[in-house]
Amino acid sequence: MILFDRVVKQYGKNGTLVLDRVSLHVEPKEFVVVVGQSGVGKTTLLRLITREEKPTSGKIIVGGIDYDKIKDRNIPLLRRKIGVVFQDFKLLPNKNVYENIAFALEIVGVSSKEIRHTVPKVLDIVNLKGKEKRMPAELSGGERQRVAIARAIVRQPRILIADEPTGNLDSKHAWDVIKVLEKINKYGTTVLLTTHNKEIVSKLKRRVVTISNGHITSDKSNITASDNKINIE
Amino acid sequence: MKRKFITGIRIIHSGIVNFLRSISIAMAAIMVMVITLTIVLFSILTNISFGNTISQITSQIDISVYLKDSVTQNQTNVLINNLKGISDVKSVAYLDKNQVLVQYEAQNSSNQQLLNAISQTSNPLPATIIIKPYDLNRISEIKNYLSKSDVTALQSDPPSYSGQRELAINRITHATNVLREIGILAIIAFVIVSALIIFNTIQMTIFNRRDEIQTMRLLGASKSYIRGPFIVESTIYGIIAAILSIFIINEAFIAASSALQASSLGLLDISYANKYFDKYFFRFFGIQLLIGILIGVISSLIATRRYLKFKTK
Repeated sequence: MILFDRVVKQYGKNGTLVLDRVSLHVEPKEFVVVVGQSGVGKTTLLRLITREEKPTSGKIIVGGIDYDKIKDRNIPLLRRKIGVVFQDFKLLPNKNVYENIAFALEIVGVSSKEIRHTVPKVLDIVNLKGKEKRMPAELSGGERQRVAIARAIVRQPRILIADEPTGNLDSKHAWDVIKVLEKINKYGTTVLLTTHNKEIVSKLKRRVVTISNGHITSDKSNITASDNKINIE
Repeated sequence: MKRKFITGIRIIHSGIVNFLRSISIAMAAIMVMVITLTIVLFSILTNISFGNTISQITSQIDISVYLKDSVTQNQTNVLINNLKGISDVKSVAYLDKNQVLVQYEAQNSSNQQLLNAISQTSNPLPATIIIKPYDLNRISEIKNYLSKSDVTALQSDPPSYSGQRELAINRITHATNVLREIGILAIIAFVIVSALIIFNTIQMTIFNRRDEIQTMRLLGASKSYIRGPFIVESTIYGIIAAILSIFIINEAFIAASSALQASSLGLLDISYANKYFDKYFFRFFGIQLLIGILIGVISSLIATRRYLKFKTK
């Protein structure tokens, strides 16, 4: 589903080396948690998947698409196949909750009838029913993040990447968000989540990839609360 | 086809909704457009009014040809017909000796001494042919004809358009030409300055929303789907600005004619400009709409372009 083969990302010719020969393979329907301190390259890894950035060298294949062969004008088509949840939510401030979610469907040309049918269902999944008309500024942090998740999943992408979706939330709301992600994963979506919240990593009991200084330093499945070897913070 | 139609409707809808939801920012942009469009329209009207004043001045200038008393009616007719055959001649009028005298007496009715002197002698005034040219800048053919030897032989004096008078007339035509050119240059300058001001204003409103554009890009929206609503918004700006600006000019005319009781300000003939504005109201409105919409659309196209490049680092 997601394949990174010796991917290097360096800013400038002699600049900072953010990712150094990173190889990673994520299977379909897998739930992978990427952990590591701030600035170790977690976000860069995700930005390479959404093609916000190009690798300096190495190969990336996502959902069967070889990134070496994709043309700039096809990037929107690629992004439509991936659901993304951003740490800073990135909601459209001029659109209400319903419109923010519907926007993801409108841009791919889904009919209005189908939008009216789908959006309420997704609102139900993220527990936001009754808040359709609210503007983003009128929502709490947790609610905004749930809108962002709803927007990311409404197109039923095969891959969902979430960059520190709990970073701005208290532990109760953070856990709500994680539960939604688990639910989506259960329906068959591959989830790639970055976090540095130890509690979440322990509770989730999923595959955990640790990045440190641009390298993958550990890749373990079924991490439990008793496992203290992972170096997150 | 159907999908394109739906997309078009969605773009327009979203442009209108965005406009309504960010009306305070929109108002600033619209106000700038209104001011600049009003200045442009005002300068166009001023230029038209100047042009009218100038052409009224120049239309009074004509060329008089003074005929010897010995010239026969037949010779006069040939001369008139030949003059009418010249393409730059607008009209030719003939005044015989008596008519010239009557006109002269009328012009000098207050100068009794002069009238007495004239009445003492037999009519000394020559029969006159008055030529009106279309354009004072194009009279060389007329002059050439009048200076032919067989034509000069019929004239008692050189034509009115010669010597000191020619010099004065040339100065007037030169001055009017310069004024016209200045007027046109001023309009072009205003249009360019307005376009730049409006462009910068729209660019600033789009700059404020660059994060929004970035988000839409990340969600996979196509360039046209992102750009479309911005263009619709700018079009709305243009339409509203054009309506307000034409309204302001209209009110200004009403104020000038009723409150100020002014019909002209020096070379600026307000009542003529007002009549002209009323006559071509819809044409002016169309021009304002066109300028407003065009500048709005072009500005938003250029401004969004910057944030829409899918170049990856």
